[in-house]
Amino acid sequence: MRTFQKTAMFMLALVTIFSLVSCAPQPTPKAAGPVTIHVMTMDQAGLKPAEIDQIVKDFEAQNSDIKVVMEYVGYDNVHDKIVTGMAANPPGYDAAMIDVIWPDEFIKAGYMLDVTDRVTPEMKAGIFPASWNGVTRNGKIYGMPWLMDVKYFMYNKDMLQQAGFTDPPKTWEELVEQAKVIKSKGIAENPIIWSWNQKEGVVCDFAVLLFGNGGAFVDASGKPAFNDDKGVQILTWMKQTIDDGLSNPASISSDENAVEANFLAGKSAFAVNWLFQYSDSNDAAKSQIVGKAAFAPMPVFAAGAAAGVKGSSVDGSSSFAVMATTPYPDQTWKFLTYLASNEVQTKYSAEMLPIWQADFQGDALAKLEAATPSNPVTVPAFMGQFPYANERPTVPYYNEASAALQLAIQEALTGAKSPKDALDAAAAKWVELAK
Amino acid sequence: MTTTSQSLPKRHLSLRQQDARIAWLLLVPSLIVILGVTLWPVISTFILSFYNAPTGINQARTFVGLANYIEMLSDQTFWETIGRTVYFTVVSVGLELLLGLSVAQLIHSHPWGWQFMRFSLIIPWAVPTIVNGAMWRWIYSADFGALNGVLMQFGLIKHYVSWLSMPDMAMNLVIVADVWHTMPFVALILQAALATLPGELEEAAAVDGANAFQRFWYIRLPQLRPAILVALIVRTVDAFRVFDIVYIITAGGPAFKTITITYLTYLYSFSYGKQGTGAALSFLISIFTIIMAFVYIRFLYKPEENQ
Repeated sequence: MRTFQKTAMFMLALVTIFSLVSCAPQPTPKAAGPVTIHVMTMDQAGLKPAEIDQIVKDFEAQNSDIKVVMEYVGYDNVHDKIVTGMAANPPGYDAAMIDVIWPDEFIKAGYMLDVTDRVTPEMKAGIFPASWNGVTRNGKIYGMPWLMDVKYFMYNKDMLQQAGFTDPPKTWEELVEQAKVIKSKGIAENPIIWSWNQKEGVVCDFAVLLFGNGGAFVDASGKPAFNDDKGVQILTWMKQTIDDGLSNPASISSDENAVEANFLAGKSAFAVNWLFQYSDSNDAAKSQIVGKAAFAPMPVFAAGAAAGVKGSSVDGSSSFAVMATTPYPDQTWKFLTYLASNEVQTKYSAEMLPIWQADFQGDALAKLEAATPSNPVTVPAFMGQFPYANERPTVPYYNEASAALQLAIQEALTGAKSPKDALDAAAAKWVELAK
Repeated sequence: MTTTSQSLPKRHLSLRQQDARIAWLLLVPSLIVILGVTLWPVISTFILSFYNAPTGINQARTFVGLANYIEMLSDQTFWETIGRTVYFTVVSVGLELLLGLSVAQLIHSHPWGWQFMRFSLIIPWAVPTIVNGAMWRWIYSADFGALNGVLMQFGLIKHYVSWLSMPDMAMNLVIVADVWHTMPFVALILQAALATLPGELEEAAAVDGANAFQRFWYIRLPQLRPAILVALIVRTVDAFRVFDIVYIITAGGPAFKTITITYLTYLYSFSYGKQGTGAALSFLISIFTIIMAFVYIRFLYKPEENQ
């Protein structure tokens, strides 16, 4: 019995030691062999997972001391996975994709490593200033720019031709007129598809329309302005297009992937989406409208145009951050700089145009346009649309503010509230959050 | 040394005391694990619920007392969400019980192919909730969904309908997906209970002239009460905490009409970075589920049946 007691005591001591050791903070591991870094990004806009996997292979072939494990998740999951991943030490991810609307929150939370000293003068001068702005706060840089994207207006050339139109609409009012004809001729039951589900996509589309009507999210003093007459007009317009059957009612439950599926199935004449939709539209495995999709400058409202608005879109750029608590900041930064390098970005420019300014000038522009079959179309579209990209508010509480606006838009679209009441409620929430 | 050992009389433990000591020693590792992975997080979350605790590394936490609870309990969105969650729970569990009992009765009557039927029941239940949610989202898809296809085939609709864009419809569609997934669990529990019931009482009642409904209502159903209680408690607690199927099918939309209380907790904790509020919501969920379990036990549990 005594031997048994001793054995039991020994087991108890062992378990206690293991428990305490496992609860203790992890020491910084030393890189003895190849270091493994974990990188998370979205499986939506930008490069396809297969393309990034190929980039990783090429990187690993050149850097035998670094192994990269990629994790692809839906865009809507990235933010929350970063939050949960950073609760661990070392963190769940050494680097993660950061949307243009998150840096204020994540810098405040201490998640993003200050990489100011790592950025070379060549990088600083070579990459578009707009890209650096997305990851720069108070003069410090917190990430490596990666993707410059805006929302584009795309249309189905065949459908417009069948309806008797030679040119795409220049204003949203023209779009409504064209959509009515397309609908009346039975070419498409609901000619317009949007990503108006209760996610960030609806705020992006709202921004496109709001700025196109001469409106803004906030006024000069930082107070909400999206509930003014211009904001109410566009939300009323959005609801009206659904009531008239011009906008697909499924827009209310569609994200950008659903928009693409609908447009590529030939069910819509018009769609507003990110760049990735174009190359997919010419992929016969996914698309029934191969060769029929085309870009046009994003329409604006007649009132906006009269007030001097020449174009409108929303910035959907993103970057990669080295997570602040990673034990491998050097290796992670090395991979991110490779991922964002001019050479790699030009090679994979079919769905994601380079962030390097020089690529859009002189001989390099011709080279870029020849890099992939999509580029002769996407490069001019990007150059025409990006200058009109507008920013969403850069505040640490953006997610909650955005959720309030998403709710307001959906309440108006589903008839639960009038556009004015819904936007006023969202504006009141923004004021409360700002306190 | 000798003097000292003589001055301390050795304490003799009885065999029972020795057994108890060994038992405790053997239990300690398990207790440490339970304390570490269950009790400590619960205590830690409870403490967190009294703080303003933004997400982030080394973020300052401010003690706010009951402010998080008061904020939620006085928030209209919270009560609307509770109402929505109760609706989901009552309708979902109610349907599961009715359908589960019907299916269990059917299998118990041993019709042709009953063994295959019982085996088939496991399939929906075995499907991971995420997969189930994705499957039903496609079924409900406005453009490509099977639901629209079937209804069009039967001439019940003239145009494809965007079901998930309809605020009054979306929650009911989530309920249908949930019932399909979890009804087999209820059916299997009740079918197992039915298999253990003695048949003599019903035979005697039949001889005395009781019809089928009377035999079911007065004899079979009371005997099934303990199994129904177990199924109801397990399913109610689960349904009240529903999250994943909502997240996949509707993401809380349209217009927050399918946001449930666990979803709201998730939003506050991770999307809005308000961990203190999220922790308070977690405890409010616990209180509500305990109340519901208490109500079930109070009305359905009859101690004499277990004697």
